[in-house]
Amino acid sequence: MSEHYKIAIIGSGPCGMSAAGRAAEHGISHILLERTDHLSDTIYKYQKGKHVMATPDVLPLRSSYTFEAGRREAILKTWDDQTAKHKVNVRFKSEVTAIKGEKGAFEISVKGGGKITAENIVLGIGLQGNPRRLGCPGGDWEGVQYQLDDPDEYQGENIVVVGAGDAAIENAVALAKQNNVYIVNRRDEFARAKDGNQKLIEEAIGSGAITCFYNADPKSLTPGKLVLTVADGEAVVDCDRIIARLGAMPPRKFVESCGIKFPSEDPNALPELSPQYESNVPGLYILGALAGFPLIKQAMNQGYEVVEFILGNKIKPADEPLLEEKFGQLLSLGRTVDDIIAQIKGTVPILNGLTALQLREFLIDANIHFPKKGDVVFERNDYTNSFYMIVEGGVEILVDPDDPSIRVNLGPGEFFGEIGLMAGRRRSATIFANGPSFLLESPRRSMIKLINSVESVERGMKSVAMVRQLRTYLSPHLTNEVLQPVLETAQIRQYKSGQTLFREGDKEDGVYLIQKGSVTVSREIGGRDVVIAYVAAGNYIGEMAFLNKQPRNATIRAAINTETIWMESEKFRSLLESAEDLRRDVERRLLGRLVESETMKARPEAGNIIQFLVEQGVGEATDILLIDETLCIACDNCEKACAETHNGISRLNREAGPTYEAVHVPTSCRHCEHPHCMADCPPDAIHRAVNGEVFIDSKCIGCGNCERNCPYGVIHMASTEPAKPGLLSWMMFGMGPGPGQDKKRKKDKKKGGDDRKVAVKCDMCKDVGGGPSCVRACPTGAAIRVSPEEFFSFAELTR
Amino acid sequence: MHVSILFFRNFLYLKIAAALAVVALLAYTIDEPLGKPNGGTWLGYTLGTIGALLILWLTWFGIRKRRYGKGKLLLEDWMSGHVYLGVALLVVATLHSGMQFGWNVHTLAYGLMTFVILSGLFGLYAYIRLPRLRTENRAGMTLDDVMGMIAGISKECYDVAARLDDEVGQLVQKADADTRVGGSFWRQLSGRDPNCATTHALDRVRELAEGFTGTDADAGRQLITLLARKVELLRRARRDVQLKALLDVWLYVHIPMTIALLAALFVHIVTVFLYW
Repeated sequence: MSEHYKIAIIGSGPCGMSAAGRAAEHGISHILLERTDHLSDTIYKYQKGKHVMATPDVLPLRSSYTFEAGRREAILKTWDDQTAKHKVNVRFKSEVTAIKGEKGAFEISVKGGGKITAENIVLGIGLQGNPRRLGCPGGDWEGVQYQLDDPDEYQGENIVVVGAGDAAIENAVALAKQNNVYIVNRRDEFARAKDGNQKLIEEAIGSGAITCFYNADPKSLTPGKLVLTVADGEAVVDCDRIIARLGAMPPRKFVESCGIKFPSEDPNALPELSPQYESNVPGLYILGALAGFPLIKQAMNQGYEVVEFILGNKIKPADEPLLEEKFGQLLSLGRTVDDIIAQIKGTVPILNGLTALQLREFLIDANIHFPKKGDVVFERNDYTNSFYMIVEGGVEILVDPDDPSIRVNLGPGEFFGEIGLMAGRRRSATIFANGPSFLLESPRRSMIKLINSVESVERGMKSVAMVRQLRTYLSPHLTNEVLQPVLETAQIRQYKSGQTLFREGDKEDGVYLIQKGSVTVSREIGGRDVVIAYVAAGNYIGEMAFLNKQPRNATIRAAINTETIWMESEKFRSLLESAEDLRRDVERRLLGRLVESETMKARPEAGNIIQFLVEQGVGEATDILLIDETLCIACDNCEKACAETHNGISRLNREAGPTYEAVHVPTSCRHCEHPHCMADCPPDAIHRAVNGEVFIDSKCIGCGNCERNCPYGVIHMASTEPAKPGLLSWMMFGMGPGPGQDKKRKKDKKKGGDDRKVAVKCDMCKDVGGGPSCVRACPTGAAIRVSPEEFFSFAELTR
Repeated sequence: MHVSILFFRNFLYLKIAAALAVVALLAYTIDEPLGKPNGGTWLGYTLGTIGALLILWLTWFGIRKRRYGKGKLLLEDWMSGHVYLGVALLVVATLHSGMQFGWNVHTLAYGLMTFVILSGLFGLYAYIRLPRLRTENRAGMTLDDVMGMIAGISKECYDVAARLDDEVGQLVQKADADTRVGGSFWRQLSGRDPNCATTHALDRVRELAEGFTGTDADAGRQLITLLARKVELLRRARRDVQLKALLDVWLYVHIPMTIALLAALFVHIVTVFLYW
């Protein structure tokens, strides 16, 4: 017997479920087929209690089902309830084995012999049903599993985790609490995982909690015994269980058997779809992760949309209202969102390589500006780090603050703001609109994502950026003709923290312009390597040797991960001849260094302090709290002031942290040039303010990534504290906690706000005004906040 | 960039305080009152009003210190001003008294004020001198680090003592359980513990160890090394506690005496107006 439906939906994940819900609302005959005995297997298999996120935040949800960030259990329960409420026709334990036929008359075979016919098919089977298998002989042993529901289920076992991604690391670390865990990594490092997870696994391996096989591959498996190929032969591991987390692939064989074509042989390739999600087989629609949309909210929106498309309703994408609002005044001229997107794509070359969907997503994050002639876009020394693209009109760059006559004009299709983005430092020039313009401003995060994922963007940006940096940092008077020969041989060279650029005594080989990071200059004095200076991004080094025609007279090391533009010395010399201000600048530095090194020779202790601070990672700081221990009376007023200005939670620990001579570096945020905490913040809650403060806003979901990513341990998770009584009521009536003593929560939790922890860190009291409270509350002047350049200045250290 | 309160803002507050003192002294010398100089002349009243306002302002420091994130000046401005103007107060108040002292509430107020200022000067000395000593004593470690090392050594001592006889075992056990850092007020200030169980254990084990032979002698030497190291760390920890106590202790005089001064000052002013 065969049943017939207008829409058959295969897979009950967010997209399939949402499609079925919409069909049920319309009262169309439909069936939702699910392989397992519950809805949404991928989410069902998340670790117990996992906090499921609802990104991207700004995207509105359009579905018959509701969905908000929350615990896995709560979300699944809501969906179950709503499935019942909408009277969705769902059939569990129905694995589809084949799809045949064409639009209007598809025939679906279900495992166990059932047959269903349908006019349209929506395929939302995701990827998790098809984990990448352990390919070695014996890999079908029942002890091999491809997921882990609850790590606490296992105790005292020998478990091998295969894989080096986030899932593998999270599983291995969770299992290591009660088991003997091995992890097998095909490479020699865990570069593929998030920073936080890399740190977790490296710590676990370092402490011996987990044993790692690097450069290893499973060779063969017999029950209880795994043989690995390792660098020097083979290794045999006894195991009770193997957990393979090797990612997932499109279930290609099945999909292809339905007649769907893939654009390439790449196992990760996704099927090609129309804007209505229809595949090359008419009437067969593909949604969700299998279509390349891994986020729950996107998938749910697609489920809704696809039913509308099948019914022939022309609806706009869910993000359309967002873009309409964004484009605002442009639309009043009778243009549509699609027109404007086409215009942007046509004008701005670096966005040309994006797909329509990537571009939409990018534009939702972007800000749009319509400055008038003379409006300031940003000012020199602002600490913003967004990136701008010109769609219409143009801007003028005021390159040299001392000489307003030098202005560079940029027109449609060109971009600016990349120096701030790359160097993580203050803006190097002021930008004005030179007529009514249409500018796109992209936040740091979406730009970095774009640079990392679309190669053409990176290439397009870097070549232009190099010219700009040479002009900005060397001399605004350099013309393109003069720069051309330098650019022909210039190279971008990258150095890891501590790596040497060149050594004292080396033959001179060129000039280095630091575009990102910073370096230390050291010389051998009395048989010891003594640091004599610290040089930050935006400066050049290596010019002395070629001017003096001598070998290198100092060793240069990267203080942190550093990127330089290397220029051939002869070509650099030609620049000096064409720009008098550059020549003078080089000469001035040369003379300064001569004085500096003579003084430093006599006072190596100042160099030792630089060395010490650089070792503490101060090189990447933009603003750091330093305490002079000869003045600090240990009154802890700084901590109290911090707690008082930030809801009772101090964000600094005065006593903790290293000390050298009398310079103490307390545990407090340094507001890094490229903040590690920002690297992986799911809700994008960490930002940099105009004056440079790195702060966390109220979007924080408490995931703890920033806490793990911060190498300096200055972020911690804290619950919101109850309100504090006034000073008098505390003193006279003993109400609530007193000044600075807020560590304990009030007994009655009812009044004490919610229990959720969020990340807290120093924001330099940006909302208080008047500077950081810790420094203002120091009675003896022991606490100061400085940028490394200020503190490392020669005059300061030899005072 | 770090500037001590004494040199702060290029001696701005010293200059202000000195100007005040000099003006007061000049006025005092120039003024020729009827009879002996005293608080009741026009100059006496002026100096008295200035002195009383100064006392109130100086007391306000205790409140200002806790008003975090408020006010335009740094707390260091207040601190520097507090120190210099506090000393200037001594001059102003002495001139206000016209050198007339007696067994009365007026002189009580003066005495209390002098006591507060002197205790403040001790505090100043402590703030200038002790932080450096404390830094040197700790040698880059925190007190917690030192205590952690001490706890670690205590554990090692048990392991070594297990190879030796019972008396040694008991000494080591006692040295672990009964050794205290800090404690009572005087103990903290003294920076020593005459009954330190670890020092005692070290002395006694030394005596006993002279009689050890063979493997016992090795263990004995090892234990002595550990105990000596622990004693040295204890000395350092107690010194740190002592220095911290010295940094704080004067406040226990300075603040209550200030409150007493305020009371006496109030009585002084009221009585002057009632009975004059």
